[in-house]
Amino acid sequence: MATEENKNAAPANGSKSASQQGFVYLPLIVGWLVPGGGHFLQRKWGRGALLGGSILAMFALGIAMQGKLYAGAHDVLDILGLAGDLGNGLLYFISRIAGWGADQVLVTTADYGTRFIVVAGLLNVIAAVDAHNLRTGRKS
Amino acid sequence: MTHFAAVVLFAFFASIVFGITQREKPRDMIRYGIYCFVLFVASAIVLSWVMYLIAR
Repeated sequence: MATEENKNAAPANGSKSASQQGFVYLPLIVGWLVPGGGHFLQRKWGRGALLGGSILAMFALGIAMQGKLYAGAHDVLDILGLAGDLGNGLLYFISRIAGWGADQVLVTTADYGTRFIVVAGLLNVIAAVDAHNLRTGRKS
Repeated sequence: MTHFAAVVLFAFFASIVFGITQREKPRDMIRYGIYCFVLFVASAIVLSWVMYLIAR
């Protein structure tokens, strides 16, 4: 939570780091495309490896469980699922091109797998935002 | 894979991400990660029993 001191200090630190570090949204974009990539850009090797490994593992488990990759937006739930899947960045596009994942959920574990893939995407978005916060100095 | 194994795996990986992204110091990250893991698994067990008792 921001205190009065933090509110006053944040713009100064933020503008300083932003001017020093160039394009501040690069970690956000790289972090979205490659899980953990945003943290690697900040030289946070351990955090990046743990985040990337966790997200990759969840995505791989989802695919292994024959989870469904959302391809179209036919109804509201499909739109939400697609939004979650898109959070995986390149993993999603590579999987679509390679034809991984099921088109329909036929077994119980496929339902778990579908959730694993969606949540992996949502966690990847959180990780990318965290990398952006590191870049702007909002988080140390 | 059993439902419980899926829950444990889900909780494990999600807790790692939550721990790293929601806290600043490594010690706090580990503590928060463990806290999230326990809450994930415990809430899954409790809700499972609740649903079992409702369905009876």
